[in-house]
Amino acid sequence: MRVALFITCFNDTLFPDVGIATTRLLERLGHTVQFPQAQTCCGQMHYNTGYQRESIPLVRHFVEVFGDAEVVVAPSASCVGMVRELYPKAAALSGDERLITAVRDLVPRVDELGEFLVKRTGIVDVGAYFPHRVTYHATCHSLRVLHVGDIPWRLLQAVKGIDLVELPNVRECCGFGGTFAVKNADTSVAMLGDKVRSVLDTGAEVVCAADTSCLMHIGGGLHRLRAGVRTIHLAEILANTEED
Amino acid sequence: MVAPAHVGPLPAFPEAAKTALADTQLRRNLAKATTTIRSKRGNVVGELPDWEELRAAGAAIKADVMRHLDRYLLQLEESVIHAGGQVHWARDAVEANAIITGLVQAAGAERVVKVKSLTTDEIGLNAALRRAGITAVETDLAELIIQLADESSSHILVPAIHKNRSEIRDLFRRTIARDEDLSDEPQQLTAAARRYLRAQFLAAEVAISGANFGVAETGTVAVVESEGNGRMCLTLPRTLITVMGIEKIIPTFQDFEVFLQLLPRSSTGERMNPYTSLWTGVTPGDGPQTFHLVLLDNGRTQVLADEVGRQALHCIRCSACLNICPVYSRTGGHAYGSVYPGPIGAILTPQLVGIERAKTLPYASSLCGACYEVCPVKINIPDVLLHLRGQITAHAGALNPEAIVMRQLAAIFASPKRYERAQKLGRQGQRVFMHDGVIDHLPGMLAGWTHARDLQALPNQTFREWWRQRQRENERASEGGREKEIG
Amino acid sequence: MAETAGAKETVLARIRAALDDASEVGPVVRTYRWHDDRERAAIIAELVDRLRDYKAHVERIAPAALPSAIADACARHGIRRLVAPADVPAEWMPAGVEALRDDPPLANEALDESDGVLTGCAFAIAQTGTIVLDGGAHQGRRALTLVPDRHLCVVREEQVVGIVPEGITRLVEQPTRPITFISGPSATSDIELSRVEGVHGPRTLHVLVVETART
Repeated sequence: MRVALFITCFNDTLFPDVGIATTRLLERLGHTVQFPQAQTCCGQMHYNTGYQRESIPLVRHFVEVFGDAEVVVAPSASCVGMVRELYPKAAALSGDERLITAVRDLVPRVDELGEFLVKRTGIVDVGAYFPHRVTYHATCHSLRVLHVGDIPWRLLQAVKGIDLVELPNVRECCGFGGTFAVKNADTSVAMLGDKVRSVLDTGAEVVCAADTSCLMHIGGGLHRLRAGVRTIHLAEILANTEED
Repeated sequence: MVAPAHVGPLPAFPEAAKTALADTQLRRNLAKATTTIRSKRGNVVGELPDWEELRAAGAAIKADVMRHLDRYLLQLEESVIHAGGQVHWARDAVEANAIITGLVQAAGAERVVKVKSLTTDEIGLNAALRRAGITAVETDLAELIIQLADESSSHILVPAIHKNRSEIRDLFRRTIARDEDLSDEPQQLTAAARRYLRAQFLAAEVAISGANFGVAETGTVAVVESEGNGRMCLTLPRTLITVMGIEKIIPTFQDFEVFLQLLPRSSTGERMNPYTSLWTGVTPGDGPQTFHLVLLDNGRTQVLADEVGRQALHCIRCSACLNICPVYSRTGGHAYGSVYPGPIGAILTPQLVGIERAKTLPYASSLCGACYEVCPVKINIPDVLLHLRGQITAHAGALNPEAIVMRQLAAIFASPKRYERAQKLGRQGQRVFMHDGVIDHLPGMLAGWTHARDLQALPNQTFREWWRQRQRENERASEGGREKEIG
Repeated sequence: MAETAGAKETVLARIRAALDDASEVGPVVRTYRWHDDRERAAIIAELVDRLRDYKAHVERIAPAALPSAIADACARHGIRRLVAPADVPAEWMPAGVEALRDDPPLANEALDESDGVLTGCAFAIAQTGTIVLDGGAHQGRRALTLVPDRHLCVVREEQVVGIVPEGITRLVEQPTRPITFISGPSATSDIELSRVEGVHGPRTLHVLVVETART
C-alpha cells in the first residue's frame, strides 16, 4: 500500500529512530512510504490541556497535509487516538462544515502501526528478530481509546528469538498523562514508581510500548535510578532483523 | 459542605496530593483497600453475562431521568404524599439545613441518629444541627469513628481508611467504651460499637438518612447498606427525615432490577450487599409514622444545564471509579478537598461549586480512562474532564501565562517552517540543561519533570532531516546510475 | 409552607431553564437477562450454596419435618424466648420455647430481651443468596427481624427465583410495602479492612428450605 507516514512531533524531534524503524519495517513488507513534509503536530497537547480552540488550526493543518492519503500510519497510539476520538469534536467546535466532513472522511484512514499491520494488512509475523527479554506496557490510549486488544502482544510473540514476559499490573497507567506529568509531578512520579517496580519484577532487559510518550516517562525514571533497563518502541523491535 | 464556603477556593490538588503521598500509613491502607475491592469487583462483574447490557440500561435510564427531571420530581412528590409522607424542597444547603432543623425541633428531639449520607455531609448538616443544640449521632462504624475523632472522611465507602486499629481502640477507650477493657482486635472494637449504638437506636425518636434511589412511579425510597445501622434508623424511631439529591430518581419500581445489580457489584464487589431497605411514605404499624423527604438542589440544576457535564448527575455513588483510579488510590480523598473525591469528584465538584473554586480538580487526572471502563452507568469521565479543562482555560483568560505559551506553541506547530526552526533551537538551547549527555534539570513549568526523571537529549538529527538526507542519497544514487547508463 | 412553596417553584424553574435546549434522549433498551432458564434443582442448589457462603445455617427439609427442624434450631442456637408474627402457624412454634407473638405489638425492650425470631419470607433470590421480606404472610413488621439476635427463616422452594429481575417482578404488584433484602449477616470492613460480621441486626441467620410437597 501507499502509506503516508505521520511521524508525530514527539518522535520527529526526540525519537527519530522510531520513524526510521517504522519506515524500514513498512518498506520491508512491500509498502511505499511517503513522508508529507509539511506535517507538524496533531494538537493533542493543546486539546487535552483545555486549549481546544487553539488546537483547531492544527487539526486543519493535519487534514490539509494528509487529506489525500490512501492510508496514514503513525507509530503512536496516543496521536491516532487524538485523531480518531477528538478530531470530530474539534471539528464540531470549529463549526466549519467542510472541516467536519474532511475529518469524517479522513479518520477511517488513520491507523496506529500495530493496527495497520494486523487489522488492515492481516500480518502478524513481520519477520523480525530480537533476542532479548522484553516486557510490554499497554499504554492507556492503545488500550482504552483504540482498543487494540492483544494486537501488540501477538506481533511481539511472532518475533524470532524474543523472550517475552508479561508485565504485572499491565493495564495500570504509567503516570505520564501529557501535561499531567508536570502539573501533578508528585502523583505522576508515585505512579511511575509502581510501574518501574513492575518492570523490574519481570527481569526484562527492555520495556516496549506503542507510545514513546509513556516510554520517555518510564525510561526517564529507569535512567534516573540507574536501573540498567532500557526502553524501546514496538516499531524498533519489529524493524529489527537477523541482518541487523 | 461540598466545599466550605468561607475558605474560598479549594486547596490546590497538586499541593494537597504531595502531602498525602508522603503519608505512609494512608498509602498502605489505600493500596490494600483499593486492590482488594478492585479484585472483588472484577470477579462478581465477570460472573454476569449481561453486565454490559445492564450498564447500557443504567446509563439510558439515568439520561432519561435527567432529560425529564421536572416531570419525575413532581411524580415522586405526588407518590410520596399519596403514601402518607411529606415532601420539602430545598434550593441550597442553607435552606435544607433550616428545613431539617425545624423538623427535628417540631418532633421535640435534641438527639437524632443518622445513617451515613454523603448528601448530609455535602450540606454540612451535623454542624447546622449542632448550632441549633441538636446532637446527630453517626451510626455507621467508620462515620462514628471519624465523628468521635472529629475529622473528615477520606473515601466514599471506607471513610476511616486512614485509621489503624490501635488508634481506634484508643479513641473508643476515650469515648464510647470508657469502662471497658478493649483490645485492638477488629471484632472486639466492632462489638463495642454495636453495644454503644444499640442503646442509641432503641432510644432514638428521630432518624435522618440519605437515599440511594427514589422511585417516581411509587414514591419508594431505597437505602443500600452493609452494617444494619440503616435498618435500625429507618425502622425504630417515630420520625424519619430523608435528604435526597434531586438526581437520585429512578422512573419505575421495576428499574430496581437494573440498579440493584449495578450498585452492589460495583461498590463493595459483592453480588448483593447485606441489607437493602425499601419503604414508601408511612405504613401503619410498621416503622416511623412520620416521614419527611427533603429534595435537594444545591447546584445540581447548574450541572443539569451543561449538556456535556450533565452526565455527572447519573452517578449512583458506587465508588468504582475511586477504587480503579491510579491517582485516587495513591492520594486518597482529602487531597480533593471535597465531599466527592476521585474521578467523579473531579467532574462533579467543579460543576457544583463553580470552576473558579475547583480549577485544579479537572487536571488531577492522567486521562487514563479506567474510570469510564468501570462506571456502572457509563459516565464518560474523561470527556467531561476535557470539557471542564476547556472551561477553565477560557475562564483564566488570554493573558494567563500558560495561555500565552500555548498560543505561541500553536502558532509554531501550525507552520512547518516555524516548527522546524523551533526544533533546531531546542537542540541548541538544551545544552544548558544537560549533564553527561542527559537533560537532568528543566526550567519553570517543566521543572516537575526533572525532579524525578531524566530526559534524553534531543538527537542531532530529527526524523525529517534523516528523511531528506536519504532522499538526497537516493536521488544521487539514481542520477549516478543514469550517468553510468548514458556515459 | 410558604417558604417551601417558593423553593419548589424555583427548583422546577431552574430545571426547565437548564433543559431548555437539551437534545432528546433515546429510548431505554433492555437487553439484560429478565429470566433464569436453569432447572429448578440448580436454582435451589445455588440459593443454598450462596446462603452458606454468607455463613448462614441452611437446611433442606421435607414439609413434615418443619416443626421439628425449628425446634432443633432453637435448641442449637439457645433460643428460649422466640418472637413470631401473629400469623405464623401454631404448628411451627416449638414446645418448651416461650412464644412471644407480636399481637399486640411487642415493645422494643421485649424484642431486645428475646433470643430470636421466626418468620417466613416473601421470596428468595438464588443468584445473590437474598431473602426478601415484604411484611406479607408470616413475616410481620420490620422490627421483628431486626432487633432479635437470631433469625429463623422458612423459605418454601416455590418461593425461590433465579435472578434479581425475577425478584423485583414479584414485588411490583405491591411496591409500597416496607421491603427488606437480606443477603447474609451485616458486615463491616471499616477497621483496617478486616471484615467483621454481625454489626447490627441478627448475627445468626438460620434458613429452612422446605421442599415442595409431592402430591
